[in-house]
Amino acid sequence: MLKRTPLYDFHVAAGAKMVEFAGWEMPLLYRGIVPEHQQTRASGSIFDVSHMGRLRFSGHAAEAFLNHVLTRNVSDQQVGQSRYSLVCNAGGGVLDDVIVSRDQESWLVVCNAANRAKLLDHFHAVAKAGRFGVQIEDQTESTAMVAIQGPRVIERLAEVVDVSHIPRYHFQRMSIMFFSLTFFRSGYTGEDGVEVILSARAAAMAVRALGGSTDRHDATIMPAGLGARDTLRLEAGMPLYGHELSESIDPLSAGLGWAVDLNKDFIGAEALRQIARDGPARRLVGLELEGRRIARQDTPIHTGDAVVGAVTSGTFSPTLQKSIAMAYVDAPHAAEGAALAADIKGALVGARVVKLPFYRRPK
Amino acid sequence: MSVPDDRRYLETHEWHRLDGDTVTIGITQFAADELTDITFVDLPRVGAAVAANRAFGEIESVKATSDLVSGVSGTVVAVNEALADNPALVNKDPFGEGWLIKVKATNPAEMEKLLTARQYEKQTGQE
Repeated sequence: MLKRTPLYDFHVAAGAKMVEFAGWEMPLLYRGIVPEHQQTRASGSIFDVSHMGRLRFSGHAAEAFLNHVLTRNVSDQQVGQSRYSLVCNAGGGVLDDVIVSRDQESWLVVCNAANRAKLLDHFHAVAKAGRFGVQIEDQTESTAMVAIQGPRVIERLAEVVDVSHIPRYHFQRMSIMFFSLTFFRSGYTGEDGVEVILSARAAAMAVRALGGSTDRHDATIMPAGLGARDTLRLEAGMPLYGHELSESIDPLSAGLGWAVDLNKDFIGAEALRQIARDGPARRLVGLELEGRRIARQDTPIHTGDAVVGAVTSGTFSPTLQKSIAMAYVDAPHAAEGAALAADIKGALVGARVVKLPFYRRPK
Repeated sequence: MSVPDDRRYLETHEWHRLDGDTVTIGITQFAADELTDITFVDLPRVGAAVAANRAFGEIESVKATSDLVSGVSGTVVAVNEALADNPALVNKDPFGEGWLIKVKATNPAEMEKLLTARQYEKQTGQE
């Protein structure tokens, strides 16, 4: 039985095409992936991300515990601040990528839907083995979460609630019509915007208040589905677990060294220090392909006759109007400008290594 | 969703319309909607041979890549050139302007083996 988010009825009423994703019934699209993508880049979109895991950590050892399981140091994190971080296994492979937020008396970790059960098992096992005084509460199904993303979102939200003062990667609790909502100035699209956590009961009402008349064709904020969320994050060069990240990929190869603090001890630190000393054998790169064909996950990357890598995600970029991909390639071939080729069903298509992200929002 | 009854269908969602001995082939609205935004259509050249129940090309969307299958054998006599620059035509008007190829059929009677509009609708649960 698939799980439904508190916004399920909203999706159906908005005409969404629903699909299974990580055990949840989620909107793939409402009007179309490309129009929803363009709406996000030009104005604003609201995405239901309630399927993502929301885990609350409290207790006297919560900080020590998070420093033990996360790659990033949380001790110098301020109350009201969020950080991207990774959870690694002892070999340095990625169990998940998460956002950790420091609240007054507790911490919140937002994780991928597909990894929630695995992470809970991991965290409970580590807490037990290390006798950490930490309580872990899974708040995923008692709350809802939406992402509102796009260049006009902050200005449009000001009609209901002013969040313009919240700095990037910070959060604040605000109240709208007696409901308490937590606004995080972050997202997964490459645009400005917020991610909002609210009680499951308030979700449908709050979405109407925040998004306004999302059914008007000229609305500032319109609903967008998982399809657009994927093409947006890919243009923004952001990794997706199961594609760019997995238990057999380490964060340094993924270009996420900035989210790994090798000066502290945590699960995986030793293995990652070794990889840092040796240099990663392969690296995550951006590729721009010739023509309109899409290089999908596992497409082999060649130089001459030799296979030197494989694609992890690819799409036809609606913004750049180019075929783009992310791929792991052997380090000697990962330099910007390297001329490689993608083997798309037997046809070699020129692929040039380019700087990530593919898209950066205009300042 | 309406499925025009002036043509025949494959289970793989290609439609075939016979005019004289020329068969125009496209994909159905159902398939176009399933694929979502189409980004690329790989079609044969004029003069190429196509065989019944074999792939003649590929269609690619943001979501997936699928083979295009012909229900008849023959020779390609026209290709929808507009799709090279504007593959989204297939989403916009799959039964009309978004047609794919025209085939001069070796044996137009092959059309009789294909699904009728009613059978196709039944198969896709669109009744």
